[in-house]
Formats: sequence, C-alpha cells, structure tokens
Amino acid sequence: MEAALLYLVAAICLVWSFLKDRQKTRIAIQKSFKAFEGILPQFLVIFLLVAMIMAILDTRTISLLLGKSSGGWGVFAASLVGAVTLIPGFVAFPVAAVLLQGGAGATQIAAFVSSLMMVGVVTLPLEIQFFGKRAAFLRNSLAYMFSFIVAVFVGWVVNQ
Amino acid sequence: MKILLRRYRFFLCATAACVLFLLLLPAYRNKAIEVIVFQTETMLLVIPPIFILLGLLDVWVPREQMMRFMGPGSGLKGTVFAFLLGSFAAGPLYAAFPVAAILMKKGASFNNIIVFIGAWSTTKIPMLLFESSALGLRFALSRLAIDIFGIIIISLLMKALLPTAEIERLYKQAEAFD
Repeated sequence: MEAALLYLVAAICLVWSFLKDRQKTRIAIQKSFKAFEGILPQFLVIFLLVAMIMAILDTRTISLLLGKSSGGWGVFAASLVGAVTLIPGFVAFPVAAVLLQGGAGATQIAAFVSSLMMVGVVTLPLEIQFFGKRAAFLRNSLAYMFSFIVAVFVGWVVNQ
Repeated sequence: MKILLRRYRFFLCATAACVLFLLLLPAYRNKAIEVIVFQTETMLLVIPPIFILLGLLDVWVPREQMMRFMGPGSGLKGTVFAFLLGSFAAGPLYAAFPVAAILMKKGASFNNIIVFIGAWSTTKIPMLLFESSALGLRFALSRLAIDIFGIIIISLLMKALLPTAEIERLYKQAEAFD
C-alpha cells in the first residue's frame, strides 16, 4: 500500500517534470541512477549482514528473549535486540502485540520498538558513507540512550 | 575493473562470510535465504521511486527555496517542515540517508537534517496507525509524544557535540552529489 502510494507520487512528479522540461528530466534520471549505483555496494553488504543476523534472531527467538526477560535487565535486553535487528514495522508490531498479550511489559516492548526504529547497527556502514563516522556513531548512541527514556515514559503511561 | 573490485570489496567479504554461514550453519539456511529474498524485494520495490524523487528534487528545487524552508534561518517552520517531510516518507531508514544528503546539498540546516532522519525513522504516519491498532492508542501516542521531544533534543545535542569542522566536511561531501 505504502509502496503503491510512493510509486504514484514518483510517477506524477516524473510526468509533470517530463512535460515541463525533457532535458532536465533526463538529467534527473541520470542522477537517480548514479546515486543508486553509488550506494549499491553498501546496500548489498547490509542485505547479507541482515540475512545472517535475522536468521539467528528470527521473530521466534526475539519473542523468547523479550517474553522471558523482565525488569531492568529485560529493558536492556530488549533495547539491544532492537538495535541489532532490522525488521519492518508491519512485522514488528504484530509480534510485539502478541508479546504484550502474552504478558510482556509495555516498558520492555517500548524499548524494543524504539531502538529497532531509531538505532541501526547493521545499517551503520551506509550511514557512515553519508554522515561520517563521528556523526553516525553519535546519532546511534544518542538514539540508543533515548530508547530507555521512551521505554520508561511509555511504560509509565500505559500502566496508568 | 580494479576500481569495481575496490568498491565492492566489502560486498565480496560479506558474500564470503555469508557463504560460510550457509555452509556451516545449515539450521539457519532457509531463514537466511528467506531474509535475503525479502530484503531484495523491499529494495527493488521501495528504492526506485525514492531515487527518482531524489533526482527530480535535485534538478527542480532551487537552493534558495530549500534554504528558505529548511535552512539555518528557517526556525520553527523549518523544524516542522523537516518533521512533516520525514513523517510522510515511506521506506526503511537506510533510504533516508541519500535523501538527507540531497537536502544538505540544497542547504537544509544540520539540525533539520537530523530531525528529518529522526522523523523518518520513527514518526511515520502509516506506521503510527499500524502501531496504534497493534499495540493500543495509549502506547502509540505516548511514544509519538516523547519521540517528538526526543528527536529535537537529539538534533540539538548532535549540533552541540559535533565539531563545526566535521559538519562543514559533511556539507562539502554532500555537495559532491551530482
């Protein structure tokens, strides 16, 4: 659904651009290809890294890790699992929902969801490519620390 | 050929590691292949329109206009714009980085770039709807509230903690996108 909308927007912009200026459109598409080809090596590395990590940390293993652990240790474990995994939201949310219904704490789930979305250990090579080592490490570290604040806050609100 | 080999050297290393992984750990084989197929599908599906938009943005949006919307002097309006731009985006976080580079090239301020990445990573609107239906409205809304706050704090901290020279270097690097 999301992808269809994205294609629609891209197609409309492309047609509009083509009608306005063919030469400019041609340059734009050349730039698109060049940019894509430029980061293709990093993309491919990430896919393979993700494949290996996600093969071991599949949703069942994650459920086990998050379901069992509780308390402060559980929050820590959940944030770590979130940081090293790369799962799209539409897969992660249903899993998290099942865990919540199964008795996992909202605090732990919030730590997992937050670090999953904001911290990307496997995508670091790509981030470094664009933002350099310092900025990439800093952003990920700050986002990781922030996921604990999110966990405490969301846990507090949900348990009211 | 040599350049190609150099550019893809990490990919070759990762491929070798992956082949070893598949050979040595047969228990994870199916799952690993499944993930590779899924990731490739996502890339082929989501990445092309993002890059088309990227190219069009580079050609059509003049630097002055982007400066006005998201530049250093854009203030609250710029932050709100960065938030909206990231929140209406689609695709995994790694697709946000090239877009951010183009925004940098066009003169968006560093704060707004970090806000944009934060919004893309966590306050995407379709995801929020999905989150509230799966985990409850309380969960989703409280996370959104603290995230908006946190994204702004992170952007301010990044700006404060990174040396100005490093930020300038990143802008120079983004300039090279062509």
